[in-house]
Amino acid sequence: MIKKAARCAFPYTIPIFAGFWFLGMTYGIYMKVSGFSFIYPMLMSLTIFGGSLEFVAVELLLSAYAPLHTLIIALVIQARHLFYGISMLDKYKETGWKKFYLIFGMCDESFSINYSAQIPPDIDRGWFMFFVTLFNHLYWVFGATTGGILGSLISFNTEGLDFVMTAMFVVIFLEQWLKEKKHYTSLIGISVSAIFLILFGADSFMIPTMLCILCLLTVLRGPIGKAGEPE
Amino acid sequence: MTLTQQIITISLCVIGTVTTRFLPFIIFSSRKPTPKYIQYLGKALPPAIFGMLVVYCLKNVDILSGSHGLPELIAILLVAGLHLWKRQMLLSIAGGTVCYMLLVQFVF
Repeated sequence: MIKKAARCAFPYTIPIFAGFWFLGMTYGIYMKVSGFSFIYPMLMSLTIFGGSLEFVAVELLLSAYAPLHTLIIALVIQARHLFYGISMLDKYKETGWKKFYLIFGMCDESFSINYSAQIPPDIDRGWFMFFVTLFNHLYWVFGATTGGILGSLISFNTEGLDFVMTAMFVVIFLEQWLKEKKHYTSLIGISVSAIFLILFGADSFMIPTMLCILCLLTVLRGPIGKAGEPE
Repeated sequence: MTLTQQIITISLCVIGTVTTRFLPFIIFSSRKPTPKYIQYLGKALPPAIFGMLVVYCLKNVDILSGSHGLPELIAILLVAGLHLWKRQMLLSIAGGTVCYMLLVQFVF
């Protein structure tokens, strides 16, 4: 049963393998050239397991010690996980001891796959989601550690490979779009983020975007609830 | 920064991340019934999140200078086209990524 779930979960994580191996390596190299031993990217990718914050953490480690500032930055960058948690309250139910790890390892990619995957009925859901999370976690640690060990020794032309993550989210967005009858919340998500990105810029648009999405979903609860989306 | 200060800095990043991941599960424990409003959000949020994540991935694209976001636009259209045609997740992702890599390495 466990083996079967692992075999079923693996194909879903192939795009993440490509993306995390590359991004993790970039992160490891960045740490190495910033003067840190490979132990740092290895332990940080294992314990934080959140790409954008780990890149920012390098800058934090290089500047003056500021614990409160660090905590606030971490909370702001990671705030979007609150939305993932609310969406996974039901799906992570009854997964036993695995629930702790599923929540700990809930990065953007693991959340997106675990939420959207059509898990066959003969596969154990808990184990499926566990392996999706575990594989993604391993790819990331593997990439970061390798990058940290090899540093800038390796240089082959991988420019543009990071687009694999964008492509995956486009596909998941599209799948969701094809599944729903009305597209209110898909449209809210994409337009609000685009507008706030233009207004506030790349570094500070996420929190206003999340608050605005929350307000719109609350105000429009009637029509959205009635449309019964998604199933 | 001393080693202790480094350890504290990294730990605070872990604490910040773990807090945002665990908080909803702690507030709405599976022992009590989840409020109707939160259940509604759990269903209504994901499509909005996926839209938000697409924009999040593209946040550093500058449409005013450089290649004006053209490689991204072309590759996304290809991903969408491939996906509507074949509906094979891996094919759509691989096709779009290879196309994007060729575009940024050889065309733009």
